[in-house]
Amino acid sequence: MSGTFVGMPAFPEAAHEAVNNPTLRANLRHATHTIRAKRAVAVSELDDWAALREAGKQIKDHTLRHLDRYLVQLEESVTAAGGVVHWAADADEANRIVVELVRATGESEVVKVKSMATQEIGLNEALEAAGIRAYETDLAELIVQLGKDRPSHILVPAIHRNRGEIRDIFAREMSEWGRPAPEGLTDTPAELAEAARLHLREKFLRAKVGVSGANFMVAETGTMMVVESEGNGRMCLTLPETLISVVGIEKTVPTWQDLEVFLQTLPRSSTAERMNPYTSMWTGTTDSDTADGPRTFHLVLIDNGRTDTLADEVGRQALRCIRCSACLNVCPVYERAGGHAYGSVYPGPIGAILSPQLRGTESEIDASLPYASSLCGACYDVCPVAIDIPEVLVHLRERIAEGGQVTRKGNKVVLKPAKGHAAERAAMRAARWAFGHPGALRTGQRLASRTRRFHPRTLPGPGRAWSDTRDLPAVPAEPFRDWWQRTRGGKDVPK
Amino acid sequence: MSSRELILGRVRRALADVPRDDTPYEQAVPRGYLREHGDRSVAETVDLLAENLADYRAIVHRCAAGELAATVAGLLAAHGSASVVVPAGLDETWLAATEVTRVPDRAEDTSAELDRVDSVVTGCAVAIAETGTLVLDGGPDQGRRRITLVPDHHICVVRVPGQVVSSVPQALERLDPARPLTWISGPSATSDIELDRVEGVHGPRTLEVVLVSGG
Ligand code: SF4
Repeated sequence: MSGTFVGMPAFPEAAHEAVNNPTLRANLRHATHTIRAKRAVAVSELDDWAALREAGKQIKDHTLRHLDRYLVQLEESVTAAGGVVHWAADADEANRIVVELVRATGESEVVKVKSMATQEIGLNEALEAAGIRAYETDLAELIVQLGKDRPSHILVPAIHRNRGEIRDIFAREMSEWGRPAPEGLTDTPAELAEAARLHLREKFLRAKVGVSGANFMVAETGTMMVVESEGNGRMCLTLPETLISVVGIEKTVPTWQDLEVFLQTLPRSSTAERMNPYTSMWTGTTDSDTADGPRTFHLVLIDNGRTDTLADEVGRQALRCIRCSACLNVCPVYERAGGHAYGSVYPGPIGAILSPQLRGTESEIDASLPYASSLCGACYDVCPVAIDIPEVLVHLRERIAEGGQVTRKGNKVVLKPAKGHAAERAAMRAARWAFGHPGALRTGQRLASRTRRFHPRTLPGPGRAWSDTRDLPAVPAEPFRDWWQRTRGGKDVPK
Repeated sequence: MSSRELILGRVRRALADVPRDDTPYEQAVPRGYLREHGDRSVAETVDLLAENLADYRAIVHRCAAGELAATVAGLLAAHGSASVVVPAGLDETWLAATEVTRVPDRAEDTSAELDRVDSVVTGCAVAIAETGTLVLDGGPDQGRRRITLVPDHHICVVRVPGQVVSSVPQALERLDPARPLTWISGPSATSDIELDRVEGVHGPRTLEVVLVSGG
């Protein structure tokens, strides 16, 4: 993944900083609680939510189980529609491809739609190193970029900034990047949005190259889809002559009809809206008679650890993720620790299972992530594609504590148990951190019960001396809360 | 070895556990979800569309076919528009009652030229009641994607009930994936600043929808 986070301290140290920053905590709490409550309402409007969730899960699972076939089909469809498909095994290769494509246009700047994949590969830094300036155009990404900062949430990357801070960043930095902020800019959201509108419009109107990701790619038709709110995405996808989309291979779905599932579950899970304000879908390029949108379209398909993740039968389900961020907003650990503590572009519960799989668990931060959770199960309950995040967390913990076979860069390797290793210490500190914050634990240990057999009987590392002479407390077969919810206090027949 | 072969090879090795006779797509994906939510008459579906559009801060107007020209002219006047972009295939009668300068949707015009136009009037391909969504597919009465993006004021005419469907699944059935599609639910909005919703960052800040019946 991106070099941005190299040298990142392990989760507990990073979390420590956030927990002691009252502004950050207040912003996060407000944001996560607001979205959480709204989401519940948006979801309750659809009485077939459970069926949609199941369909979404099965579509993605089926695609992953036959990904080779669907990728080949996707490539054919995109090519037939006038697009050019490139394959990138890792971040470096993806960046090289994009840099070359931009150079071939003769341009030295690009406008960007917010995209997790391009953040993951560190594309902006790679472009900068090649003398190409990348302008982030999503308002929150703009705030992050101007503030020389890192995103802290999948959906609202500047969630850690309040309006006063945003005003200061705009007033100070906008002139460095183009049109300066208006004189006397106040901190009202409408004025700040207007300042961003003026600043960015100048860039959209002259942009020759756009760079985006995609939320979905349809193998059957070669259609790409981007969902957004502000219209910056439409600007980048419509006005430039050349469009380069950088997309993880797992974003494929088989058919056009499959979009009917995700267009219902994604907006409601993500921003708690019935539908996001703008969705763009395009299939290759249109011919010159009707010329609409970019005349050249490149699709860069990236692996960058995805095939290694695919090789893990338990962890594979993380690739179903549609990046809605619902799991962040319900996570008691995320709420306290903030997005930066996860040391990756993927924060929160999904980040805790995705990053260590994409990047491996060699670094302290990656080894600590599977422990940055209380296993309360709230993330699983809200996930629109039913990723059992706690199950994968426990699986990864077991791997770190006990070792086992993993796939790295396509090769099978055997991990040793992380004995006395820095990674293990980081992991155990993260576990203690999560367990030391009672609020983070409130909702109990659904999964701890279900996976009793995976729990080591002794604690690794510093805990070993203690647990050598004691039995760890037994985990009950089913937590009381679950029993109550399942049977409504014994009134219903257990399933 | 090319990266394409490398990646596809890795995928195949990663999927060694998947049996050759794995459940085919048709059976693997349960479609037990609803084709539409709730049981509504045609008129109720149109009402729901109007309600959901308004909920996302689009401004909704309703009129009979005979009143459309006057309605459109009134909206342009109220907005103080001096110029309007007109897609090549827009029904001429829609603009029959207004004097504002027509700007044709032409491929050769630059984005900066488009930026100086006040309004745009288009039709739509389909409108979705449950979500309050207008879908444009670049048809002759809708024009290129950019004309509904750059001007700050968009008037979209929806023929009711003919162009209205209840749900997202019904909309996708009607659409052609080969066309460039834009789905619009309310005007552009952002919630990036402390989650306060602000309308209009880049797309048109004002979206007016005219539901025209009997057209
Ligand atoms: S794991 Fe599920 S809930 Fe979390 S972002 Fe991905 S799809 Fe959404």
